[in-house]
Amino acid sequence: MQARRVHYLNVDYGVKSWLLTKDHKRIAILYLVSISFFFAIGGMMAALIRLELATPAGDLVQPDVYNRLFTAHGVIMIFLFLIPSIPAVLGNFLIPIMIGAKDLAFPKLNLASWYVYNLGAALMMWALLRGGADTGWTFYTPYSSMYANSEVILTALGAFIVGFSSIMTGINFIVTIHRMRAPGLTWFRLPLFVWAHYATSLIQVLGTPVVAIAILLVAAERLLHIGIFDPALGGDPVLFQHLFWFYSHPAVYIMILPSMGVMSELITAFSRKRIFGYRFVAFSSLAIAVLGFLVWGHHLFVASQSVLAGVIFSVLTMLVAVPSAVKVFNWTATLYKGSISWETPMLYAIGYVGLFVIGGLTGTMLATLGFDIHVHDTYFVVSHFHYIMVGGAVMGYLGGLHFWWPKITGRLYPAFWSKISALLIFVGFNLTFFPQFVVGYLGMPRRYHAYPEEFQVLNVLSSAGATVLAVGYLLPTIYFIWSMRYGERAGSNPWGAYGLEWQIPSPPPTHNFEEKPVVTTEAYDYYTLKEKRVA
Amino acid sequence: MQAESSRAWGLAHHFDNFEQQREASYLGMWVFLVTEIMFFGGLFTAYVVYRSANARAFALGSKELDIGLGAFNTAVLIGSSLTMALAVWAAQQGRRKQIALFLVLTILLGGVFLGVKVVEYEAKIDHHLLPGPDFHFEVTEVDEILGVQEGNVQMFFNLYFAMTGLHALHMIIGIGVLLVMVVLALRGSFSRENHNLVECMGLYWHFVDIIWIFLFPLLYLLGRNL
Ligand SMILES: [Cu+2]
Repeated sequence: MQARRVHYLNVDYGVKSWLLTKDHKRIAILYLVSISFFFAIGGMMAALIRLELATPAGDLVQPDVYNRLFTAHGVIMIFLFLIPSIPAVLGNFLIPIMIGAKDLAFPKLNLASWYVYNLGAALMMWALLRGGADTGWTFYTPYSSMYANSEVILTALGAFIVGFSSIMTGINFIVTIHRMRAPGLTWFRLPLFVWAHYATSLIQVLGTPVVAIAILLVAAERLLHIGIFDPALGGDPVLFQHLFWFYSHPAVYIMILPSMGVMSELITAFSRKRIFGYRFVAFSSLAIAVLGFLVWGHHLFVASQSVLAGVIFSVLTMLVAVPSAVKVFNWTATLYKGSISWETPMLYAIGYVGLFVIGGLTGTMLATLGFDIHVHDTYFVVSHFHYIMVGGAVMGYLGGLHFWWPKITGRLYPAFWSKISALLIFVGFNLTFFPQFVVGYLGMPRRYHAYPEEFQVLNVLSSAGATVLAVGYLLPTIYFIWSMRYGERAGSNPWGAYGLEWQIPSPPPTHNFEEKPVVTTEAYDYYTLKEKRVA
Repeated sequence: MQAESSRAWGLAHHFDNFEQQREASYLGMWVFLVTEIMFFGGLFTAYVVYRSANARAFALGSKELDIGLGAFNTAVLIGSSLTMALAVWAAQQGRRKQIALFLVLTILLGGVFLGVKVVEYEAKIDHHLLPGPDFHFEVTEVDEILGVQEGNVQMFFNLYFAMTGLHALHMIIGIGVLLVMVVLALRGSFSRENHNLVECMGLYWHFVDIIWIFLFPLLYLLGRNL
């Protein structure tokens, strides 16, 4: 027997050693636990919604309860799961390692962000226990500020507080990437995962404060009767929509950009090739971040916006398709003549590309003024953003989790079951959401608990798909937990992948590197890696 | 690998040297200030949008503010930025006593500012200018013909209290941190190499000062001649 190697997991077992840790790897695990919990709760809300919609009549829940259900589903999934998912778990764990640092620049701030996140989440859960909010996750005024008879203030303040945890993570990443890179690790040698997180952090830092002030003003309006958005005082409810979407559209890129970063890692690793057009992929992340701030008006096409503004926002929105397509084409070109292996993370990656293309193209359709007005507030929109956020962000998150799980825990999960679950998720997802494109195009509005009978077939298909999807999500939960004890031990580099994180033991030691690494090669230098093996 | 014991005191384990630590904390502070600009930016946007829609009502609201007290406070705050800058200078020179002295002066000036603000707020409350059910503003007939409604004037005060209130909250938090820093300075926690906290706090304080430099003309001065 070898002497037991000390790593970040077994260095200390006490509860205090976890709750007061400043190790970015342990904080990533804390986040993993928190967001998995809230993902489960948000998922249960979705299950109830799909159950209600299995029949045309509103027979399971009252309309008012239904409003609270979809509000809770949206608020929890967006603020408590999607936004922190990849950055706070995978980004937290990997960015310092990928750039050859011992930790993030501000370890205490990192830990504080987890506490702030949980404080905000606790407020939201408290609101939920008291009946929840019924405004939709968008908190539109004047309904939210003057008329809603539900827990708007608590829910909104929860979102406000969670926003600060997102800002803290963003500041930490920006400073870390600027100041903590190992010798020789120039900007253009960084893994694209890091570039994607850099762009994400810029959005977190620039956007989140704006929604924070908007939410704060809604809460003040309810609580102190300061009617900032009250038309009776010359206020403008549409101003809230502007402030809200100034953040909340870019927030979509907070969710999708990190998953694009994951994709670049997965696709290169499992086709054993350098990424095609490294700089294009890197800059497309920044381009998406910048363009993302110029398109919020596409949520206001039918909200008293001038035609000229509508046209401008429409064109700018279509421009976002350009950097997105650059990524998709470059991933595809990377696959070309690569030696592709179909490990589980790769299944997620390929699934991701397919779903993202559908989500992206329908996004371009929605950017078109005339078409958007036709399908405005229908299930077409619902389906579109689920293709992006679930088909994109969640697939990316799960793909990344499967890729780095051996690094995080030092254990392998069962290959067979993980491939089954990847397949179930892909099939279940499409079965859930593709019918929603159709039923939305046919005119079924979103946010109603009952619908005309002719929509039933498509809705039953969707609900059936949700069941498959649920099984697909349950499986990883089981085998990941199983693997922590019984999984085969993973070596330092189970996939034969390139990158600093694969050069240190799994799980990594507390300070990541025994010696400060010096980087002398480009990113994804699989060619040299192969030569070394042969030699 | 460097042994922990051989490291200089005050250098966190994950930094290579003081320079890296310093650069990281400055950049972090600057990025934080960017988020602050965006935070206040939302309110400034609301102000610009509503003012352009209700210029006369906002001017009437402006006239209710005490320009003398506002100007006095502006001077006080600029003075506090000077003492803050002197504290940073003292830190760079490694003069511990002087750091504490200038920090205390900054705190005192900040306190004067907040005190004057309380006097101003009280006067507004007495004149029924606090937004809410008690709000009352007499709109003259002429102004009514010009399209001014009581509600529009109330909107001015909504924004006045929201903007100056948020600014005052930043001052209070700043003073709290400064108090802690006085203790640290007296204990000798700051040295020539390691006084990032003082520098970062300097940046924060100047930022809060600059916000006021924008608030003062926007709220007190614009349109007073109407
Ligand atoms: Cu959008």
